[in-house]
Amino acid sequence: MSKIHLKIAVLSGVLSLWAAASLPAHAGKTLDAIKARGQLVCGVNTGLPGFGAADSNGKWSGMDVDVCRATAAAVLGDAEKIKYVPLNAQQRFTALQSGEIDILSRNTTFTLTRDASLGMHMTAVLYYDGQGFMVPAKSKFKSAKQLKGQTVCVQSGTTTEKNMTDFSRTYDLKLKPVVFEKLEAATGAYFSGRCAAFTTDAAGLASVRAKEAKNPADHTILPELISKEPLGPMVRRGDDEWFAIVKWVVYGLIEAEEYGITQANLDSMKTSTDPVVARLLGTNEDMGKHLGLDREWLARAIATTGNYGEMFDRNVGSQSTLKLQRGLNQQWNKGGLMYAPPVR
Amino acid sequence: MRLSWRSASGRGLLYQAAALLVVMVLGWFLASNTAYNMAQRGIQSGFDFLWGPAGFEIGEGLFNFDSTQSYALAFLTGLGNTVRVAVTGIVMATLLGTLLGVGRFSRNLLVRVLCSAYVEVFRNIPLLLQLLMWYLMLAELLPAVDTPMTLGPLELSKGGLMWISRSAHEEGALWALSPEFMALTLGLTLYTAAFIAEVVRAGVAAVPRGQKEASAALGLSRLQAMRHVLLPQALRIIIPPMTNQYLNLTKNSSLAVAIGYPDVVSIANTALNQTGRAVECIALVMAVYLCTSLLTALLMNAYNRRVALQER
Repeated sequence: MSKIHLKIAVLSGVLSLWAAASLPAHAGKTLDAIKARGQLVCGVNTGLPGFGAADSNGKWSGMDVDVCRATAAAVLGDAEKIKYVPLNAQQRFTALQSGEIDILSRNTTFTLTRDASLGMHMTAVLYYDGQGFMVPAKSKFKSAKQLKGQTVCVQSGTTTEKNMTDFSRTYDLKLKPVVFEKLEAATGAYFSGRCAAFTTDAAGLASVRAKEAKNPADHTILPELISKEPLGPMVRRGDDEWFAIVKWVVYGLIEAEEYGITQANLDSMKTSTDPVVARLLGTNEDMGKHLGLDREWLARAIATTGNYGEMFDRNVGSQSTLKLQRGLNQQWNKGGLMYAPPVR
Repeated sequence: MRLSWRSASGRGLLYQAAALLVVMVLGWFLASNTAYNMAQRGIQSGFDFLWGPAGFEIGEGLFNFDSTQSYALAFLTGLGNTVRVAVTGIVMATLLGTLLGVGRFSRNLLVRVLCSAYVEVFRNIPLLLQLLMWYLMLAELLPAVDTPMTLGPLELSKGGLMWISRSAHEEGALWALSPEFMALTLGLTLYTAAFIAEVVRAGVAAVPRGQKEASAALGLSRLQAMRHVLLPQALRIIIPPMTNQYLNLTKNSSLAVAIGYPDVVSIANTALNQTGRAVECIALVMAVYLCTSLLTALLMNAYNRRVALQER
C-alpha cells in the first residue's frame, strides 16, 4: 500500500468515526422496533367515516388514518407499511399501554386524567371538536337547552356521558341517558325514535348524519357545543424520542399548510429559496436528524397525505360527504387555532 | 391420620397442599407482575376511585342515582338493575319453561309439535341476536312518545310502559318500564325458557313409568297425575340442572350493554373509560357475577336439600 493510499484510508476511517459519533445518539426503542419489523402498528376507530373507517376493499381512510400514513412515510418511507388495529372505546387505552400498538390515532380527546394517569402522552391536537346534539328536524327543539327531561342516546366509553351530565346539571335539564356499547346500536336507537336526541362530538354527528340517516335533511345538529374536545394521536409513556416524532409529524403537516406546500407543488417547492420551506423539506438544513430520521422525512409525509388543509378537505371538509367547516381548525393566521411551533 | 409419605391418605394430603401452594404462588405472581408493570408504565391503580363522584347519570334504577354520588353507588345501582332483570327473568322463564316442558307430554299433537318447535327455534339462535331483534322491534314498532297506546292507566310507547296517574293532584308516571328493560327481560325469558322446558321434560320423563300407571289405576286424570304425582317427583331431578339455567340467565344478562340497559357491566364500562382503571373495573364485575352466582347456587342447594328424599 502506497503512502497516499494509507493516508486516505486513515482519513476516511477518522471521518467515518466522526460521522458515526455525530449521528443522533439514540433513536428510541419504539422507532427501533418499528424499523425492525418494517411495519407501523396503528390503533384506529372501528368505523367513523372521515376519521377512521375501512371501505369495502379493506382500505382505510380518514384524518386519524392519515396521521398513521404520514408517520409511516416519515419513519419507514412507505405509507402502506401499516397494520391497522380497529379498537373500540374500551380497548383503546389498554392496547396502547400494553404495547400492542405504536400510536393511538382514534379521535381521542386529550384530558388531564388520560395524560397524567393512564401511562400515555398526548402529542399534538389534530382536530378541535366539541360535543353537540342531533335531533329530528321535525321536532320542536331549536336549542339543546330545550331538551328538558328528554332521553338521549349515547355511546358508552367516551367523555360524552360526563359532558352531557355536566350540561344537564348546569341548566337543570334532567336528561335521561340510554347508553349503548356500540355506535351502530346508539344511532340505530336514535333513528328508530327511541331517543329525542343523539349526542357525540360534532364531527361525529356530521359523520353519522351524512352516512347513516335515510335522509340527512331530516336531522338537525343543534347550535350548542357543550364541551371542548381536542382530538389527536397518543403515544405510550417512556419513549420521548417516539413521542417527539409523532408530535412533529402532525406539526410539520400543519406548518406545511401555513407555508403553502401541497402534494401538487411539492417538487417545485424543493427548489424554493424560502428558508422555512427549505428547512421543512430538508433541502438546506437537516431537521430530521434531531428526530432520528433522515432529511426527507416531512417531504415524504406531505407527498403521502398532503398538508393539514388537504387532509381536512379530503376527509371531512369540502371535498368529502361530511362538508364540515374549517372553523376552529383553520390556521391561526386565518382565525383558527391551528398553530404549529416552528420547525427549526 | 398421620402425615406420612407411606400412607395413601397422607400422600393425598401432601399432593393437595403442594397443588394449593402452586396455585397461590401463580396467583401472587400474576397480581404482583401486573402491579409492577403498571407502576413501571406510570399507570395509576387501586380502588380509591370508587369513593369519588361518578359524574354521569344512569337512565334507570331501583333507587334514584345522582351524578354527584360515588362510583361505588353507581356500581350498586348497576348491580340493582342486573338483579332486577335476573329475578324477573328467572320467575317468568320458570313459569313459561315448565308449561312448555309439560306440553311435550300432551296428547294433543299440535301442542306437542308447537312446544318442541319453540324449544328448537329459541335455543338454537344466539341470544345476542334475539336481544337485538326484540329491542329493534320494540323501538321500531311502538308508537311515538306523544301518541302512546293506552289501556286504562297504562301507556305504551317508545318511552316504555308507564302507569300514569290521572288524579288531579299529581300528573305523571307512577312507575315505568323502559323498552330496554322489556326487551332484555323478554329475550332472556324466551331464550332460557327453551332450556328450562328441556330440563322439565327430562325430569318428568325420568319419573318411573309405574308412577304414571299407578296414578291412572287410582283414577287420577292426566292433569291430576301430572300435578300431584309426576311433577313433585320430577322436581327432585329438575333442581340441580335448573340451578344451572338460573346462573346462565344471570350471566347472560351482561349482554344488556348491547341494547342500552344500564346493568353492572354497562356501568363498569363507563367507569372504566372515565377513570382508566381497567383491571379494577373488570375485577369488580367478575366479583359481582361470582357473588350473585354463588348466592343463587347456595339458595338452590338449600332448597334442593329440603325437597330431596330423606334417606334413613
